[in-house]
Amino acid sequence: MNSSIMANTLNVEQIRKEFPILKTEANSYPLVYLDNAATSQKPKVVINAVSNYYKEYNSNVHRAAHFLSDKATVAYENARVTIKEFINAEDAREINFVRGTTEGINLVAYSFGAAFVKPGDEIIISNIEHHSNIVPWQMLCERCDAVLKVIPVSENGEMDLSAFEQLLSDKTKLVAVQHISNALGIIHPIERIIELAHRKNAYVFIDGAQASPHIPIDVRELDCDFYAFSSHKMFGPTGIGILYGKASILEKLPPYQGGGEMIKEVTLEKTTYNDLPYKFEAGTPNIAGAVGLEAAIKFITELGHKEIMKYEHDLLLYATKELMEIEGLKIIGNATSKVPVISFIVKDIHAYDIGVLLDKQGIAVRTGHHCCQPLMNRFQIEGTCRASFAFYNTMHEVDMLKSSLQQAINILRG
Amino acid sequence: MNGVIQDIIEEFELFEDQMDKYSHIVDMGKSLPVLEDRYKTEDYVVKGCQSKVWLHAYESDGKVVYEADSNTAITKGIVAMLVRVLSNRIPDEILAEDMQFIETIGLRSHLSSQRSNGLNSMIREMKLFAKAIKQKNEVNS
Repeated sequence: MNSSIMANTLNVEQIRKEFPILKTEANSYPLVYLDNAATSQKPKVVINAVSNYYKEYNSNVHRAAHFLSDKATVAYENARVTIKEFINAEDAREINFVRGTTEGINLVAYSFGAAFVKPGDEIIISNIEHHSNIVPWQMLCERCDAVLKVIPVSENGEMDLSAFEQLLSDKTKLVAVQHISNALGIIHPIERIIELAHRKNAYVFIDGAQASPHIPIDVRELDCDFYAFSSHKMFGPTGIGILYGKASILEKLPPYQGGGEMIKEVTLEKTTYNDLPYKFEAGTPNIAGAVGLEAAIKFITELGHKEIMKYEHDLLLYATKELMEIEGLKIIGNATSKVPVISFIVKDIHAYDIGVLLDKQGIAVRTGHHCCQPLMNRFQIEGTCRASFAFYNTMHEVDMLKSSLQQAINILRG
Repeated sequence: MNGVIQDIIEEFELFEDQMDKYSHIVDMGKSLPVLEDRYKTEDYVVKGCQSKVWLHAYESDGKVVYEADSNTAITKGIVAMLVRVLSNRIPDEILAEDMQFIETIGLRSHLSSQRSNGLNSMIREMKLFAKAIKQKNEVNS
């Protein structure tokens, strides 16, 4: 990476050069990519890490005693250590490679459910969760005859903590909430949620899919029991993610999937399982994904979380101010603590129409319910337009969003 | 070539800019006759469209008359254009219409694959209505 990137404030023009795709033209306009909450773009270091793996040391990990396998194993396990440090976990055994946040949630719902959840037990989620952090728990409750409880959400999109306290009981086995809202960008007070849940001896799972690209994560300080996030949302490759779990808890859980790698010994009568983290990594893992994710983490770390957060905060403030000037535009979720995500509706105009006309002007936003139908029902809206920013977006792109949005509205209002 | 189709092609030729073309599509939607609320139910929804499209058809003097609406302005404009082209024609003509004009006006290439599937669903549904009316008439004659 160019050393000038590592200045105290972000040199965004320089950073953009690291992301080849940002030079794309979309519908004859320069691409303005504002769908980062869905997936982020990849810097050259990540693309090269994946490509170098296949060019130089592609081999299966852990099994064979040959040169390439050894190289691949070292790289794969080094990636695990980098990730451990990134989230300040105590032990690399607590870092499980999964396909993404969704698989991490399903793994916990299955294995934690099998080990800990009995009929009549309660699981608490919130009204603002992504479908991925709703459906696996509904499935668990159905399997185990447990009860799903839901933390209500205020008009600002914030979780109602006093209602949460009322929901907590001796029957609460697990609280599963997101760190940051994918639909609205709100940062939830998970420290408090974890503390309250632990007082009732309930375990806590945090869906960190939207947090890892924006803010530092310290699982030891948070003291959460599980934390999952996806590589592709944090500038890494698709198809890989992390499930962190406290080793003392993971050890008590049965495996999620059976296959190679997760076994110690197999006879046709009985199988004994491998130690952590391999117990949860059946089959050949996504090795290229792991080294790509490691490269993404190093990229973020070099830029610096402090610098990223400051710049993204400025972006959010500027974009909020500019968009609020558009007549009839309403931002959904006005909480004070947010990452640079703006979810909005425009009076009498369907979000889909805005999305199409922005796309015609080269601007990529997401429209719809953002996999949060219960949240949309809560606000009695069909969906929103969501502009989600990353550190490579510029103030100029905010201006382009504003003027293109105004043009779209003019056309739709006629 | 059908006169209405000729008109539509000429209208689109007036616009070079994509946004102007979309503006014209939205305007077409505004001129679509109102669809009665009783047809805006799940029974009349065209499956496969990202936005909601309701389609209703009936026969009048041997011709098929289409009525439609959508919850989004652009889709409403697109379905209005299809109604302009196919409504008030006899079933055989509707079934034989190749809808090539969509390519000619450059709309297809500007639709995402999902929206292009939605457009195909609308056309398929409209032709199904024509086919049903044709078969009904054949049985009755």
